[in-house]
Amino acid sequence: MGSPPFFYRWSTTFSPWLALLAVIVFSAGLFWGIGFAPTDYKQGDVYRIIYIHVPSAILAESIYVLMAVCGFISMVWRAKIAGMLITSAAPIGAGFTLIALVTGSIWGQFTWGTWWVWDARLTSTLILFFLYSAIIGLHSSIENKAKADRAVSILAVLGVVIVPIIKKSVDWWQTLHQSSTFTLTSSPSMSPDMYQPLFVCVLGFSFLFIFMLTNSLRGEIIFRERDKLWVKNQFFGQER
Amino acid sequence: MVIAITLVISALSKNLNLFYSPSELLEGNITPGNIIRAGGMVTSGSIKKSTDSLEVVFSITDFKNSILVTYEGILPDLFSENAGVVVKGFLREDGSFLAQEVLAKHDENYMPPEVAKILESKE
Repeated sequence: MGSPPFFYRWSTTFSPWLALLAVIVFSAGLFWGIGFAPTDYKQGDVYRIIYIHVPSAILAESIYVLMAVCGFISMVWRAKIAGMLITSAAPIGAGFTLIALVTGSIWGQFTWGTWWVWDARLTSTLILFFLYSAIIGLHSSIENKAKADRAVSILAVLGVVIVPIIKKSVDWWQTLHQSSTFTLTSSPSMSPDMYQPLFVCVLGFSFLFIFMLTNSLRGEIIFRERDKLWVKNQFFGQER
Repeated sequence: MVIAITLVISALSKNLNLFYSPSELLEGNITPGNIIRAGGMVTSGSIKKSTDSLEVVFSITDFKNSILVTYEGILPDLFSENAGVVVKGFLREDGSFLAQEVLAKHDENYMPPEVAKILESKE
């Protein structure tokens, strides 16, 4: 699986099925959450933005952790595919971070009464967005892909400290953002008919991410291996 | 870079809190007139709205101490008794707070109105 040609051929078969699964779970979650989940006793219908905000925020943090793991693998074992994964995942992660920031801002305007406040949760999430941007920028500014992979691997691994900071910011400091609804130690402070669709949304967003990552990685593989024989055979047929 | 981040965080750790609690305000370390944020719960029964202007007076509490807040302007929808607020403004010489901005803080609890009603009737 670690070999680019193998991944490319294998993903040609499974990627359409992944797309189908992602679309079904994603739309089912949003349809259920936005259309059928009960309204909130305090916030009314505005809270429904949670069905986009929370899955995006979870992915924003998880994708960064994935990139840090790839960065570590790329540094230690020099696996080419790990470097390609970072390059492919970064723009998607940046996108989800942006969605989390924008939906959070809209939600904040309607409930808190402000679009933005420099509290620890919001600021640390903005820093995460800058880290993603730095990784994208750094990689494209280095011509030699092997060197570029090494540089972004270091940045991805070091930058991962931001993830626990974001997660714990609402407990460590006084913030305007509320503390976590879901914790490992106690039952969720949300009624089941509200969090069930939320879990489906998180699953749907995750499938969507895996699908996007697969496609983006396929492009990256073809681009980087464009001079290799297997790519030529793939696209121009085998000449015997 | 890790060291740099750690240093920045430890240097900022005191300033990373968005607001002061009423108890911190009463300790007397804050110069009246400086623009700061204060936060707490709106004390139940303390909201007094003026009849001919947008002025509203209420007190915020951290359940140890409370402080009187005066504000003139439009309040966010979620502003209510026993709900969290963050106010931006300054302390006056008499120890009360003049707010220029009131933000509503909401908690991490979500439930349908029917469930909230049942919970309320149980209390």
